[in-house]
Amino acid sequence: MTTSQIESYLDWNATAPLRPEAAAAMSEALGRWGNPSSVHRRGRTARQIIERAREAVAGLVGEVDPSGVIFVSGGTEANHLALLGPGRERVLVSAVEHDSVRHAVPAAEIIPVGPEGIVALDALDRLLGVDERPALVSVMYANNETGVVQPVTEIASIAHRHGAAFHCDAVQAVGKLALEAGAMGADLVTLSAHKIGGAPGVGALVVTGGVDLAPLLRGGGQEHRRRAGTENLPGIAGFAAAAVAAAAELAVYERVAALRDGLEAEIAAIAPEAVVLGAAANRLPNTSAIAMPGVAAETQVVALDLDGVMISAGAACSSGKVGPSHVLAAMRVDREIAASTIRVSLGWSSSEADIEHFLRAWSALYRRCRGLVQRARAA
Amino acid sequence: MTSMLADPRPRLSSEPVVNTPPVYLDNQSTTPVDPRVLEAMLPYFTEHFGNPHSTSHAFGRVAAEAIERARGEIAGLIQADPREIVFTSGATESNNLAIKGAARFARAHPQNGQFRNHIVALQTEHKCVLESCRELEQEGFAVTYLPVAPDGLASVAALEGALSEQTLLVSVMAAHNEIGVIQPLAEIGALCRSKGVLFHTDAAQAFGKIPLDVGAMKIDLLSISGHKIYGPKGIGALYIRRRPRVRLLPLIDGGGQERGLRSGTLPTPLGVGLGRAAAIAGAEMTEEAERLRRLRDGLLRNLARRVPGLRVNGDLEHRLPGSLNLMFPEIPALTLIEAVPSIAISTGSACTSASVEPSYVLRALGLPETLANASIRIGLGRFTTAAEADFAVDALAAAANRLTQQGGIPT
Repeated sequence: MTTSQIESYLDWNATAPLRPEAAAAMSEALGRWGNPSSVHRRGRTARQIIERAREAVAGLVGEVDPSGVIFVSGGTEANHLALLGPGRERVLVSAVEHDSVRHAVPAAEIIPVGPEGIVALDALDRLLGVDERPALVSVMYANNETGVVQPVTEIASIAHRHGAAFHCDAVQAVGKLALEAGAMGADLVTLSAHKIGGAPGVGALVVTGGVDLAPLLRGGGQEHRRRAGTENLPGIAGFAAAAVAAAAELAVYERVAALRDGLEAEIAAIAPEAVVLGAAANRLPNTSAIAMPGVAAETQVVALDLDGVMISAGAACSSGKVGPSHVLAAMRVDREIAASTIRVSLGWSSSEADIEHFLRAWSALYRRCRGLVQRARAA
Repeated sequence: MTSMLADPRPRLSSEPVVNTPPVYLDNQSTTPVDPRVLEAMLPYFTEHFGNPHSTSHAFGRVAAEAIERARGEIAGLIQADPREIVFTSGATESNNLAIKGAARFARAHPQNGQFRNHIVALQTEHKCVLESCRELEQEGFAVTYLPVAPDGLASVAALEGALSEQTLLVSVMAAHNEIGVIQPLAEIGALCRSKGVLFHTDAAQAFGKIPLDVGAMKIDLLSISGHKIYGPKGIGALYIRRRPRVRLLPLIDGGGQERGLRSGTLPTPLGVGLGRAAAIAGAEMTEEAERLRRLRDGLLRNLARRVPGLRVNGDLEHRLPGSLNLMFPEIPALTLIEAVPSIAISTGSACTSASVEPSYVLRALGLPETLANASIRIGLGRFTTAAEADFAVDALAAAANRLTQQGGIPT
């Protein structure tokens, strides 16, 4: 087997390529370098870039006061600031949250999910009703592994009825779906630049209302004393440009959804044993979690990589390590199925050719492994 | 990757960043990205954009390899092992992680029900060190804020006197951001090691500018910044000693990147930029330090000749090559800065330069408020030319003399 010359990148939920608009904005900002906190002219120019960027990023989540945008180093830091900053005595997170939410507060209570990965609303209501200490509820907008979209508006209203604040990790949803923080009822929203075509190393926590935050990183009083450290000026400028471009190109995801749906239909036709996880739920237009029962996900990833198709076995952060996905476990997916699930995620420039390439490689692997698949089915 | 090649490929320009007016003499605050650094970073913004943690496919592996090369370049500059380098979002985060991480780990792992709960930091530390200490005080730790001598240097004897059986960690800035003084790191390190105390140094200003050796100086934790050494903003690192092992509780947990000490997708281009910036700084350190020292000494000499009463804040000998903190008696710093719009200088730390408070650093040197308020900071850098230094002397001397004749200060 030789390494294929043609490459198809279908791991967009891990990271996305830089948009040309972001590249241009970053070049511009690199030329206007300066410390945004400095009083002199260079500092003031840098400051203006950041304040303009705040408006563009606020626009990603609807009608939000730009002063509520806190620039941080990425989604992981934003999630920590959201969960730790308000200092609530109780923190409740869903069982399918990203590790950066699950690990931020080790004592967090877990909100169970149903078989499609959707938060059990009655369970949330019961949990919040147990005691009246100030609480924070954190549920992601859409899951990074399955793409399953949560009923955030309902979750927010349950949280608010109990006096709890609501944080929504929208890292995967932003730029793919139109978000409106007001309609969502989110008090805090996490965003990441590199998932929407900005550069890695920058993200934002958007505070929509009156939630006070204690900083995670202390020092100079940057970001209205909510996040110390010299601002990543080019990164922030690129984030803003990517935000504008992503918002303008949301309609692209109708085409992406059609590609994804076509891919899943082809898989079903090729392999009746294959399973798409969360298929019955409302999902992101670009994500597909597909099980080839009996064939280890790692084997599939390596085989597809040799054929030039880049996908992952789950979240990128943990793709180096082995172990079952907590997301699929929470959905009570059979262990065997979970261990054979790969994540295929598309983006704005994914093409028909990429999908065909994937299907060729996937079906070749399926044919080679048919014995394993059938044994899994018999078991 | 058919789909992306069909796209107009995103381009970042690597045209050299040159000093355009005003003359930039605030290199302690931030530095422009060196064109060589930018060139090294560019491919990782565009064609090699993979997530370095997606090691199951080629795009991820290319990024991961680049990050490991950078880690080696950073480690090489301080004689550390690459595995001792953890990437962060900058020196502020590194300082927060080092101090709070060490303290919280000690508290979470008491031995025989006991843990060391005392921290010592200089009164002149950067705000992010002092604020981290204050947060720990709220959590029940005891902190000693040690005074410095009028020249800005820490007394090792005084430090020894401040240590107790309960002392967990000492934090001393390697080279100062406002006054440029370099602390006796090796002596402090030896003292700390002999007492079983962790030694953390904030080397945001020193890294890449003066020789640092974590082994010889017995440093346990060392904070690094990208944008102070002609690298990018948004990236820094923390050196964490492996032998004897220094244990920290992470501030940011999640995907378990950076050996569990710092979760979050590592920004590959920024990490590559920091590595390249470190390598360049290391290769050119001796020559560049000599050039900057000559430039700075000349600037000081010429300015002192024309401005009567000009004084240098902080020790002149133990000082970063490009750094000066100057007192123009009787002229408020902000008045002087406004009078020379053609030069970008500052009153001190950028984080607080928008505030009208006098520098707590200069106050800690024993300067009265009026004199602290009459001081400016000058930072010469890699792209500062002799002509620019001369220009600054002319502009500053002319403005100072004009302001003094006008009656100087409205105090």
